[in-house]
Amino acid sequence: MTALWPRGIIRPAMNGVHDLGGQHGFGPIEREANEPAFHADWEKAVLVMNLIGMVKRIYNIDEFRHAIERMGQQRYLDTSYYEHWLASVETLLMEKGVIKREELEARTRHFEANPTEPLSDRKDPELLARVMNVVRTGMAEKSAPDPAPRFRPGDAVITRNWQPRGHTRLPGYARGHRGRIHLFHGVYPLPDAHAHGRGRCPEPLYSVSFESGELWGDAAEPKERVHIDLWESYLQPAEKS
Amino acid sequence: MGSHHSEPEPWVVHRVRALESLLIEKGLLSTEVVDKVVQTYEKDVGPMNGARVVARAWVDPAYKQRLLADGTAALAELGISGRGGGDKMVVIENTPAVHNMVVCTLCSCYPWIVLGLPPVWYKSPAYRSRAVLEPRVVLNEFGVDLPTGTEIRIWDSSAEIRYMVLPRRPEGTEGLSEPELTALVTRDAMIGVALVQAPAAAR
Repeated sequence: MTALWPRGIIRPAMNGVHDLGGQHGFGPIEREANEPAFHADWEKAVLVMNLIGMVKRIYNIDEFRHAIERMGQQRYLDTSYYEHWLASVETLLMEKGVIKREELEARTRHFEANPTEPLSDRKDPELLARVMNVVRTGMAEKSAPDPAPRFRPGDAVITRNWQPRGHTRLPGYARGHRGRIHLFHGVYPLPDAHAHGRGRCPEPLYSVSFESGELWGDAAEPKERVHIDLWESYLQPAEKS
Repeated sequence: MGSHHSEPEPWVVHRVRALESLLIEKGLLSTEVVDKVVQTYEKDVGPMNGARVVARAWVDPAYKQRLLADGTAALAELGISGRGGGDKMVVIENTPAVHNMVVCTLCSCYPWIVLGLPPVWYKSPAYRSRAVLEPRVVLNEFGVDLPTGTEIRIWDSSAEIRYMVLPRRPEGTEGLSEPELTALVTRDAMIGVALVQAPAAAR
């Protein structure tokens, strides 16, 4: 048996390989003509199990993303999208106490020895209705009261040189750079807190616009701007130049 | 990446079945739920939804205005909502002066409700790393060559906001009906890595 990711909990970080913006060396973009929605049946099951994890509020989207970031740097690049999801789903189901590692390992060995054994089934109209309702209408997650935004469209800001000890959505390539507030999106849970069981900590979220030369220096292409969605605590006011 | 999709290690198959069987026992899953959700993403949710929105915006200027002002509400007018429906949809318009392109450098955020599940290339390290750094080179790989005067705006989906590009309506399509226009709109054009082409007969 080959586990796809290391055992045990990797310390939350991170300046990780998932933070891919601006990295070199990944080669041309390979496209598949007439690509199917799924490439294997196991991918379908992984997608739905993750949906269940969130619909049943076993974990939230930020915990889910961070558990992918914790799967191990080497493994991250060597595995596919749905393998990332599998790593995250099983890690979180174990950490949240829904399943035990021993029973998962034992059951995996069981199916290795009995690969054609069908899954037992149960009917659950209530669960089906709840999941399909989320698929069709989404999970409303509005928080109140909303903190008032500190910045307005057009304001000059500088992003923090933030070296995270855990999950963050401030990409590495955009740290310590000058940009302008383009849009105020509303108030959203702060992933840096929400991924670590520290509550939702709702904060204003902005689309911030950066000139390519500010981000990439001499390597920048002309006439390019990058817009990134950033939470208020990632930003500081910049002096008007 | 490709080999993991076409030939997954058998271990993964057994592992996923083990997880499924444990969740079924614990009352958290049924195979019916898997089948119904998958059916939805294979048949009902996909780029045809986004294409309907684009064609409507092309023929109805008032709708286009509402779409650009509040994407979520304008999609709901056409009956489009869903997972991600609690999130905000922002639609950005391509013009002769500005070309928009969407990426998620940190994971693979994608506007599922209008485009369905993302293609493998959108989730690949190659696209995620390069789209923000060298978009013109990336666009060239996709066969798009924009004039040097066109500004390129990249939208890095780092939060729960989902972006869709409203492509330019191709010249020579003035006589086409809304359904005929819908058929021209591609997934890649709504990500911003392709332009919509007029049908050869209409030129």
